[in-house]
Amino acid sequence: MARITKEEVLHVARLARLELSDDDVAKFQEQLSDILEAVSKVSELDLSDVPPTAHPLEIANAWAEDVPHDCLPLDDVFANAPDRDGDYFRTPPA
Amino acid sequence: MTVDTLRLSAEEANRLVTDGEVSSDELYRAYLDAIGERDPELHAFLYVCENDPGAGIPIAIKDVIGTRGIPTTAGSKILESYIPVYDATVIANCRKRGLRVIGKTNTDEFAMGSSTENSAFGPSHNPWDPSRVPGGSGGGSAAAVSAGLAPWALGSDTGGSIKQPAALCGHVGLRPTYGTVSRYGVVAFASSLDQVGPVARNVRDCAFLYSVISGRDENDSTTVDVPEVELPTAEDLKGLRIGVPKEMNGVDGIEPGVSAAVHKALELAESLGATVEECSLPRSVDYGVACYYVVSPAEASANLARYDGVRFGLRDDGADFREMVMKTRDAGFGDEPKRRIMVGTYALSSGYYDAYYRTAQKVRTVIKREHDELFERFDVLVSPTSPTVAFPIGAKIDDPVAMYMNDVLTIPSCMAGLPGLNIPCGLSEGLPVGLQLIGPQFGENTIFRAAHALEQAIGFDVVPERLR
Repeated sequence: MARITKEEVLHVARLARLELSDDDVAKFQEQLSDILEAVSKVSELDLSDVPPTAHPLEIANAWAEDVPHDCLPLDDVFANAPDRDGDYFRTPPA
Repeated sequence: MTVDTLRLSAEEANRLVTDGEVSSDELYRAYLDAIGERDPELHAFLYVCENDPGAGIPIAIKDVIGTRGIPTTAGSKILESYIPVYDATVIANCRKRGLRVIGKTNTDEFAMGSSTENSAFGPSHNPWDPSRVPGGSGGGSAAAVSAGLAPWALGSDTGGSIKQPAALCGHVGLRPTYGTVSRYGVVAFASSLDQVGPVARNVRDCAFLYSVISGRDENDSTTVDVPEVELPTAEDLKGLRIGVPKEMNGVDGIEPGVSAAVHKALELAESLGATVEECSLPRSVDYGVACYYVVSPAEASANLARYDGVRFGLRDDGADFREMVMKTRDAGFGDEPKRRIMVGTYALSSGYYDAYYRTAQKVRTVIKREHDELFERFDVLVSPTSPTVAFPIGAKIDDPVAMYMNDVLTIPSCMAGLPGLNIPCGLSEGLPVGLQLIGPQFGENTIFRAAHALEQAIGFDVVPERLR
């Protein structure tokens, strides 16, 4: 299997919202290539008639009554927030 | 009376408190003293509680499980300052029984690893030999229970994070059937695999703790009703049909000392009345690791998207929103989460989804079917838990693919949603060897019965030799 390129590492990092240093890019290019080569083994089997498994239990939907209840106290929740403006989380401009 | 935390089981500790021979506070203090004495060397704990409320015995909690008012970092800098505002359901269940949190235990960052070396706060050390790893990701809980720093603990297991550390530290750990224990309030890694489970010094404690934490939870829609837990008492294995998958007992890299200890345990099982027969999982072992390392990173890449510096956790500066998010995630995540996020993102990205994720999900079906077929003929399947005994700190950290192979024997049953339990079955080079017992879905009682009888017959001393 072809090794992944530097551009592919940067593309994936951007999709995943990760800023990488130049050193990281070189290191991950090597390591991700090794990992992807190892996991490509999944394509060796003939799976034409096999359905996918997303979840190991044979349960479908789980229903619950739609009953309103109190939410967590806002001051408790905002205690973990990096920045707050009233009842909003504040972030840099989009 | 003095409490020997190295030898005290949770059952006996509970009896001491119930009968008034030791107060709950005295017992809690005895474990704090043990932590003060031995944890500087082991680094099992990321946070020690001075005095958690409750009238019962202590419990250590892996730091991926949310505890109200007690820091919960998941071993990551990105959650270094995070203090949950509610208890995970498993914690609420423990509190209902009077259990007192004694501390939060070290883990590979976001439970991603097999050695705790990926913790942002430094590795834990194996109580049998501190130059070696305690396994992972739940190495902190394992080291704590092994070294008598807690009578028992909770762990979490995605591909082996309870069973493998239990093997490397020489005690009992159960990964329960998927869906039997709530994940509400637990830091998510790979949601179709994650399970919380008990870590204990013996099988009866393990079974009891499983009864405390298991059951349907309206806050986790993947949970189901669970059969009543039976605490094991029988000392024979009459009628038990044990299957020995040849691939799981013959895979490359199993150390001779590990094979020998497992072989001896199987002979004991036969002498206790079990039938032992070789069987086969032709593709599960060969393809399990590859399947797992597509599915779990894919799910992780989605679950870890929430760490964006907005609502909780670390935030780094950035001129605009996107830059802030990217800098926060670069500064907050260590190398292993970054690797897995990127592998997962790649496997889910346009053009690669069918080749990787969809294909891995089909392989998962193959693995599940192979196990289902064996449970038509067998009650439990047995193998080593880890191909090796505890390895030296630093030995595999620069080679992710070699590190991933630590889980080759624990992963297949995880992919199939099956329960698996580790008991220690002997020593190799002075280090514990773990025996893995796998059951059918909801087969915990059968596993407990088998493991308890074997435990009695093996007579393994769970106290590390150097601490006796």
